[in-house]
Amino acid sequence: MTANFRSLPVILLLTIVSLPLVIMYAFTIVDTFTNTEPGSLMPNEFTTEHWRFLWSSDVGRGSVWVSTVNTFIFASTTALIVSGISLTAAYALSRLEFPARRFFLAGIIILHAFPTITLIIAIFLILQLLGLFDTLIGVIMVKTALELPFGIWIMKGFYDTVPWEIEMAGVQDGASRFMVWRKLVLPQVQPGLAALLIFSFLSGWSEFILPLVLAPGSDAQVLSTYLAYFLLDDSLEVDFNLFKSVGLFYAVPVILIYLVFQKKLMNIYGGGSKG
Amino acid sequence: MQLKLNNFTKTFGEVTVIDGMDLTVNDGEMMALLGPSGCGKSTTLFTICGIHRMNGGDLHFGDRDVTHLPSQQRNVGVVFQNYALYPHMDIRDNIAFPLKVQKQDSATIKRKVNEIAELVHIPELLDRKPAQLSGGQQQRVALARALVRQPDVLLLDEPLANLDAKLRLEMRSEIRRIQLETGITAILVTHDQVEAMSMCDRIALMRDGKIEQLSEPSEMYNNPANTFVAGFLGNPPISFVNAQVAGGSFTFGDNTVAIAEALKPRVGGEVQLGIRPEHFGPQFGTGVTGKISFVETQGREDLYNVTLNSGGMIRSIQPAGERLKMGDAVSWGVSPEAVLAFDTSGDRL
Ligand SMILES: Nc1ncnc2c1ncn2[C@@H]1O[C@H](COP(=O)(O)OP(=O)(O)O)[C@@H](O)[C@H]1O
Ligand SMILES: [Mg+2]
Repeated sequence: MTANFRSLPVILLLTIVSLPLVIMYAFTIVDTFTNTEPGSLMPNEFTTEHWRFLWSSDVGRGSVWVSTVNTFIFASTTALIVSGISLTAAYALSRLEFPARRFFLAGIIILHAFPTITLIIAIFLILQLLGLFDTLIGVIMVKTALELPFGIWIMKGFYDTVPWEIEMAGVQDGASRFMVWRKLVLPQVQPGLAALLIFSFLSGWSEFILPLVLAPGSDAQVLSTYLAYFLLDDSLEVDFNLFKSVGLFYAVPVILIYLVFQKKLMNIYGGGSKG
Repeated sequence: MQLKLNNFTKTFGEVTVIDGMDLTVNDGEMMALLGPSGCGKSTTLFTICGIHRMNGGDLHFGDRDVTHLPSQQRNVGVVFQNYALYPHMDIRDNIAFPLKVQKQDSATIKRKVNEIAELVHIPELLDRKPAQLSGGQQQRVALARALVRQPDVLLLDEPLANLDAKLRLEMRSEIRRIQLETGITAILVTHDQVEAMSMCDRIALMRDGKIEQLSEPSEMYNNPANTFVAGFLGNPPISFVNAQVAGGSFTFGDNTVAIAEALKPRVGGEVQLGIRPEHFGPQFGTGVTGKISFVETQGREDLYNVTLNSGGMIRSIQPAGERLKMGDAVSWGVSPEAVLAFDTSGDRL
């Protein structure tokens, strides 16, 4: 009881500070279901017309459902490839002696910190050359490549915390190096793997620049570019409540994933920082 | 099974850590590798189990040459200093892991795990996770896992270093009991002379990658080959004083110590005397004078440091009795039979 009283001022302060944010979010949600008279603050009627993009095809560019499926494919494929490669590459970097190991390590740190947007022209040209411009596969490949340094670095951090005696004990117990990795080491970096999967899925889900530049057509478009179309296309009269509805639709999966997996995501900040 | 290390050499880059070491551990024997930190004990151990490759020499288990075999084919059980239990498996799976690797059938695995758990006294812990065990219990699990597939040799790297004093005492006798019951050939790496002396049949005392002396504990204590060995064994440690041989006795300053008959023909001129604390005190007469500069009571015994009038210091340990005070002048004797004499370069005379 006393503890609650003592934290009361803190809670009060936090409430006041975060109130504007909460009100903004609340209004966003309310706005998507209502109409408001110009100049008024309070909504005056309930409507579902701002959500019409879900069922009518004359709103926005292309179908929102195609974009959703595209986004899903884009995000999950990148997440799977990034996690798969990071899992093996990071183990090699953390544990195995091989030629140019230091060079790879340094390369990863540099690429990790590299502002990727400066590469976009070169990537554009390469994709054109390969015939992968304006395809989902092309964007997936680019996103994966750009996300890999981060993934490898994070996973290396997790591998580094596994005591090498555990691997040596496994080898003494007669297991091959591969079996040691699969049976003894992998289970211990599993929290890192889960976090990386979620993290790279979310990163793919919210990616905007790459699809915008590398897949500008409507066939390979993802939700972020679908959403941006409402702002970019000036032939359309900007309907802000419609924009908010699409935005909400786009953000809901992210919020859900955060709510469900927040514990696992925290691992990335806990374990990964040791790298 | 006998283990034979022949002319073993190990280098890390430019640095030679072990140079031409020979070591034979007899079948069923427990051998201590004793020495100060950094002398190459772990390196030797990890070479025997195949983690390190040898740069020279060869290694035999019985008649089998295992010099070039990988760890997996050597059949060595290792207990690591931090136990290295697999944190995600329960104790049963930890112990069963070496058997599962060998693809033994589950009935056999179950039987062997239960047997070994019985041997190391942990049958009630089998369903727990390593994190739920105390240090001593983890140690027992590590032993069980190392022993379950009946290895040719058992290697223990500082197995007691992570335990508190009371557990250490308990596990000392437990490890020895298990080794004797299984009759396995074992090597124990330690920097603690008490562990080595109390647990092992023989001790190999190492310094800078070389074996200084290899003998049974009491032999090594009573008959050290040089000042390093004499100084490493014994607690409180031996005291050294420089002395001259003159007229049938050792003299240093105005102090004299008689020379034992057996020693007489071997000494002359400048010598170093090694005097263990239990061999210096009033019960040995007089002849060595000084002032008490430090008193420490250990309950059953009192420990005195006596600073000699001529300089230098000799330790003495005596049964607790009437306590002398710091600063008291004493004139005590040294047991002539027990004096160890070394030449100026430190080798035993
Ligand atoms: N992997 C290694 N690389 C380079 N030097 C090593 C390595 N392992 C051990 N050494 C060196 O070898 C010497 C002996 O080490 P070690 O066998 O661990 O000593 P200890 O007797 O304390 O177990 C030390 O000087 C140590 O620095
Ligand atoms: Mg060591």
